[in-house]
Order: sequence, then C-alpha cells, then structure tokens
Amino acid sequence: MSILEVENLSVSFKQYTDGFKEINHKVISSLNVTLEAGKILAVVGASGSGKSLLAHAILGILPSNANVSGIIKYEGKELTPIRQTALRGKEIALVPQSVNFLDPLMRVGNQVRTSVKNGDAVSAQRKVFERYRLGKEVEDMYPFQLSGGMARRTLLSTAMVSDAKVIIADEPTPGLDPVVIKEALDNFREFADNGCAVMLITHDIESALQIADKIAVFYAGTTVEIAPVEDFVGNGEAIRHPYTKALWRALPQNEFRPIPGSQPHPSSLPPGCLFEPRCEMATAECRQAPPKMRELRDGMVRCIHAT
Amino acid sequence: MQLEAKDIGFRYGDGPWLFQGVNLTLEPGEIVGITGPSGRGKTTLCRILAGFEAPIEGAVHFNGAPLPNNGYHPVQMVLQHPEKAINPRWKMHKILNEGYQPDKELLDLLGIEREWLTRWPHELSGGELQRFCVARALGPNTRYLIADEMTTMLDANTQAQIWHAVIEIAKKREMGIIVVTHESNLMRRLCHRVIDFNK
Ligand SMILES: Nc1ncnc2c1ncn2[C@@H]1O[C@H](COP(=O)(O)OP(=O)(O)OP(=O)(O)O)[C@@H](O)[C@H]1O
Ligand code: SF4
Ligand SMILES: [Mg+2]
Repeated sequence: MSILEVENLSVSFKQYTDGFKEINHKVISSLNVTLEAGKILAVVGASGSGKSLLAHAILGILPSNANVSGIIKYEGKELTPIRQTALRGKEIALVPQSVNFLDPLMRVGNQVRTSVKNGDAVSAQRKVFERYRLGKEVEDMYPFQLSGGMARRTLLSTAMVSDAKVIIADEPTPGLDPVVIKEALDNFREFADNGCAVMLITHDIESALQIADKIAVFYAGTTVEIAPVEDFVGNGEAIRHPYTKALWRALPQNEFRPIPGSQPHPSSLPPGCLFEPRCEMATAECRQAPPKMRELRDGMVRCIHAT
Repeated sequence: MQLEAKDIGFRYGDGPWLFQGVNLTLEPGEIVGITGPSGRGKTTLCRILAGFEAPIEGAVHFNGAPLPNNGYHPVQMVLQHPEKAINPRWKMHKILNEGYQPDKELLDLLGIEREWLTRWPHELSGGELQRFCVARALGPNTRYLIADEMTTMLDANTQAQIWHAVIEIAKKREMGIIVVTHESNLMRRLCHRVIDFNK
C-alpha cells in the first residue's frame, strides 16, 4: 500500500546572470516515486541529481526561490504546504544530509528531546543515545563538540524518537564505522517492518542492497530506473539502464572504472535522453525526445533501448 | 620529504587520552590507509598531521624538521563534510582561489563546471562542493594529502573519477596520501598499506 506518492514533480530555480539575464535551472524534472508501507526504497544516483531536493520538496523545506510543480500525496491526499508544516517532524521525519541542521546553540540532548512525541522525553532520549553508543556525557554537549560520526548519530536519534510513518533519511550513515552503520540500517528495517515507509538516500550501494526492497536511480533530476535489489549482482547484466550499469561498474569492489564527463547542467539539459551525451548505446532516436518511464522485467526504466 | 609522526599523544583539556604513542612514517608517493571505529580520534590525528592542532605529546616532522607554522602548509586535508570547510558567505570563485589559483587542467580533471564559480555554497550539492575542497587542497606546494572520508558523500562514478584524478596527480608530483575511510573496498583499491587505529 502506498503512503507517499510523488507525481510528475519538477523543481526549478531562477538565477540572474550579470547581464540581468534570467536563467532557469531545472533541477528536478518529471519525477515519479512511490513509498510503500513496510518497504524501504533506496535512492542512489549522481551527486547533484536532486536527491536532497526531492527530500526537501516532500518535507516542504525548499528555499523560497524554488518553483515547484507536480503533486505530492500523503495517505491519498495532496500534501499541501499547510499539511507539510503540520506533519513535518511528526508523521514525516527527515534525517538530514547536512550536519548543519543541528542547532549550534542547543545542547544535543535537548534537541533530541524536542522530537519525542510520546512518553517521557528524557528517558526516550537516553535510550536512543545508548542504542547508538552515545555516552551519557554527550547529551550536555553542543554540536561543535561532536565528532562527525557522533553528529550523524545524533541526527539519526532525532528521527528515531519521533513517531513518524515516513522516514526520509538523506545519507544517514557516511563516515560511520561498520558496527554503527549496521545498527542504523537494522533500525530502518525494523521501522519498515512495523509498517512504516522509508526512503533511504545513499551513495553506499552495498548497504542499500542489504536492507532495501527496491532501488531508484537518479540522474540529472529524474529517475532513470527503479529495480528490485536482486538485480544488482555480478557484472550488472540484470540492470536496465546504461547509467545504472556505469554506476555499478564504478564501485571499488567492481571495476572502479568511471565513465568520463559529468551530468548535464540544469540550465542546459539535452532535448532528448538526459544521459545521451555520455551513453555508449545512444542512437539518433535518443536525441528526439526524453524517453518515458516504462515497465521492463519487474522494474521501470527510462531508456528506449533497454532490454 | 618524509612526513613523520613521533610518539603522538592527544587529549582534549584534561579528559581521557584519545590516543598515545602513535608513530607513523609516510614516504613521498606512498598511499596509506587508516581504519578504526568512529570517535576514536582518526580525524584528530589527521588534524594534528595537517597542523590544525598541536599534539600534547610527541611531534610531527616534515623532511626531518618540525612542521613550518607559517606560509603554505605542505600537508593539506580534505574533510568529509565540505559545508563545514568553507565560508558560507563567500561565492565559490573566492573560496576556490583562496590559497592559490588552480589551473584549468585541474578543474577539468575534477569535473568542476565553470558556472558553479558564480554560485553561493548553499546552491551546490554536497558532491559538487567537495570537488572544490579537493581542488583547494591540491596546491602546487602540497606534499601530502589527507583524505578523511573525502569521497564518502559522492556517487560511485564521481568517487572513481576524483580518485583517479588525485592518484594521477600524486604520481606526477610524488605526493603522499593518507586515506581515512570506513569503506574497506575503497581502502583495498587505493592503499599500499593500511594502519588499524584500533590497536
Ligand atoms: N538553492 C539552490 N539554488 C540553485 N540550485 C540549487 C539550489 N540547491 C540545489 N541546487 C542544485 O540542484 C541540483 C540538485 O541538488 P541536490 O542537493 O538535490 O543533489 P543531491 O542529489 O542530493 O546530491 P549529493 O549526492 O551530492 O548530495 C544540483 O545541481 C544543485 O547545484
Ligand atoms: S535512451 Fe538512448 S541515450 Fe538514453 S540511456 Fe537509453 S540508449 Fe542511452
Ligand atoms: Mg544530497
């Protein structure tokens, strides 16, 4: 059952150059994703492909100069700005990517307590700190006194004590040691097994494969593939999209060989397939129009030549 | 031009010792990994090697003498969180050119788009920002690079691109690298030897 649906989302920013020329940066285009109760959707993809902005769009915390179109539905009803404000941190929680989201002037124990929705805030905070191996002394510290890993565990704690039905975790584990990562991932799994929906944005594909049900792959502001985790094995023969294959091969445990170039800039997106300038399989047809997302073998792909 | 840590010990205030008796020698061109659990002081050790922090015990020697404490520091560090390493009130071109002017070749190698230079830091993604921090650290007088979870926030393709670029530069300049990462696969790919900070 789907809890959260993102339909045809586009996000753009207006920027003015020195000559007062207005340029439009389309950072997310025609994006669709669905979060289901009891399931973990991992979102992987290019740096700068719009993963964090998608998270921010769902939470309603995009900067005010962002232009948004499309529909986001929560429990079947449109998620309006008013509902977003009401549900944020309560039914929909974010584990943010930037540690700058911690309030620099507030002791971290207090920050976590303000997110506790039910029961005794102090004991809930202490319990979650214990779980993440944050010592008793940590609750009285200010963010600047924390190591990078401790700051991340504090951010995780904040989401875990809330009573959310949807958790959006934006890179929750980078730089943590394997033991803590495992624990955090197990918590997300447990969370999903209790009927919640989790969106796990990560570059750590290996971790994603361990706990996620499906993987959505982002490139240049849209999904190029949605695939069951089982497809990520071997040389990636079961993977549908050429970009996903490239990503898979670039992993250090695979070939560690990158494809050259970078994703197209949001102010000058190619007219056809967004991956066409870097795609080995590209044909003239790929330049005609952006390929539509289509179903293919138990998954979805945005490529006309994928088999 | 060796980099040598001799019997380094560190603690904050009169708190418990984070570590003591750490010895480490790095030869030019050598790539050494450091692993160990979070919060055990890997980043602090890196900060000491890069001259951001003075050790309580022991000393860091560069080329047989104490590290210079003025002028360009030969040991440069790139951190996991780029947003913490840059001035949010400066535009990207100012941030990039703070220490020296990176040439076109380096910018291309790192995939830095010219248009990004006119933006504010909050208008770039984490991965885009990190390329600037890497470029900034690779000045002509950098002899050692400390990469503390440098590419953890990047996609696999960009990670491989940046590392291939950094390794190429390291080979050309005989630059040594310390790699701190929890990703064992990456460690195995990159490092000549690995030090376990747990012991
Ligand atoms: N306030 C803004 N104004 C203009 N452009 C922006 C703004 N915020 C983000 N962008 C651009 O939007 C694109 C998507 O950014 P986003 O932070 O969502 O990327 P991401 O997929 O989360 O990347 P990463 O994996 O590096 O965290 C990037 O090209 C970025 O430069
Ligand atoms: S549509 Fe064409 S250019 Fe795009 S990914 Fe598929 S083959 Fe490559
Ligand atoms: Mg992001």
